[in-house]
Amino acid sequence: MSGLRAALDERRFVVTAEVAPPRDADPEAIGRKAAGLRGWVDAANVTDNQGANVRMSSLAGSVLLRQAGIDPVMQLTCRDRNRIALQSDLVGAAAVGIRNVLLLTGDHPTLGDHPDAKPVFDLDGVQLVWTARTLRDDGTLLSGRPLATRPSWLIGTVENPFAPPAALRARRLAKKVAAGAEFVQTQYVFDVDAFARWVGMLRDGGVTERCAVIAGVGPIRSRRMLSFLTGSVPGVHVPEGLRRRLAGVPERRVEEEGMRVCVETIQALAAIDGVRGVHLMVFGHEDEVPDIVRRAGVRPFAELEGRR
Amino acid sequence: MGAEQAMGVEQGMGVERVLPFRPRIPAALAYALHALLARNRFYRRLAASVERRPVLYRAFTAGERVAKERLFGCRMCGQCALPATGYACPMTCPKQLRNGPCGGVRPDGSCEVDRTRRCVWVVAWTRAEGAARGADLDLLQRPVDNRQWTRSSWINYWQGRDEGLSVAHGDADPRPRLVERA
Repeated sequence: MSGLRAALDERRFVVTAEVAPPRDADPEAIGRKAAGLRGWVDAANVTDNQGANVRMSSLAGSVLLRQAGIDPVMQLTCRDRNRIALQSDLVGAAAVGIRNVLLLTGDHPTLGDHPDAKPVFDLDGVQLVWTARTLRDDGTLLSGRPLATRPSWLIGTVENPFAPPAALRARRLAKKVAAGAEFVQTQYVFDVDAFARWVGMLRDGGVTERCAVIAGVGPIRSRRMLSFLTGSVPGVHVPEGLRRRLAGVPERRVEEEGMRVCVETIQALAAIDGVRGVHLMVFGHEDEVPDIVRRAGVRPFAELEGRR
Repeated sequence: MGAEQAMGVEQGMGVERVLPFRPRIPAALAYALHALLARNRFYRRLAASVERRPVLYRAFTAGERVAKERLFGCRMCGQCALPATGYACPMTCPKQLRNGPCGGVRPDGSCEVDRTRRCVWVVAWTRAEGAARGADLDLLQRPVDNRQWTRSSWINYWQGRDEGLSVAHGDADPRPRLVERA
């Protein structure tokens, strides 16, 4: 398990994936998902009650993923915790050996399975990144109290290059990088040209030198998934051209066409100066990751590593 | 005032539903008003004197609340960010984001929580850019001091307590640490 930091340091093209913790206390669930990914990804995100639905905590999930041999990226959101709990979880993560954290604001509770919950949002995503850097680099809590043993995780964030206001999105990431973000994983990229323009703005602002851009990608498997992505998931933008392309094939071939689009997208993204890797979103189809990585040809040694 | 408006009257820690509020006055007018109320020696003394008298302080704060609630949907966080957001109140964002929009803004610029309302930060960006103040949104906004809810932000501002609310990227003191208030 060399992990995300090593891959970035060695300037390899990074592949990350996502492991959603189970909705119950099954200790084996994470390991089952990890089995298909081992050797094919540099790290995998463990989501924090994604979509504001209750699941096993990302801290517990990250520990289990680490035991299963994959470098976890522990996601932590501002939705459910105030600054005391956030700092406590960050410190705890460092103590149990979690080497990467991904800090975000989080979906609003009204979108999840407990819409009656109290939204916390004591800090916002930028302030949480800032707080984490303070814990690590200054060795102090927000209160100013010193930490005798400092954490050493890599700090990540998220950005959606396609959400309005478009002109602000590169500057917003620049702000997160100023606060301490060292890598960013993006929302689904379907519009490669628009994404390339956003990365261009980041390059011009010197942001790509300080922050590794990892583009979010994933296959569209069916027309149903397409309409779900465009209608129900906040912040996903599917361009008209892609919609027409998927509409132009019979339903039984949509899955294969969607996979082809995904592979082409990864190859196009790998050619953009400043893009350091891809984040694969396959939602429960972890077994597809090796196939995607192999077909995209972005990790020539992946199969070898897989056998190790 | 309609029911929607009255919601903001409920004071406290923001337990009630928070929904984006569209400012009722143009940005240009808000910037001009700010110039009138800008910190100076007179206002500093006035603020100190009002703060020493609890009854007067309550009356002053109630007046501030009424004015800012009508104009900006103010929720009385006591540490006003309006001058740096094109006078669109970030505390009316359902996630109370102080540092810019979340990733869930819909393609038409509406809020992910309530599609009938425009994202506070889309409004903020449009208003600030229109007044050549877009760079205000690049400031790093420090975490809110939750002890200041229901306090007068004008009195805090006039006495210089808001100076540390935000910092520019390259500033000498880049720490997010809570602003210490006198």
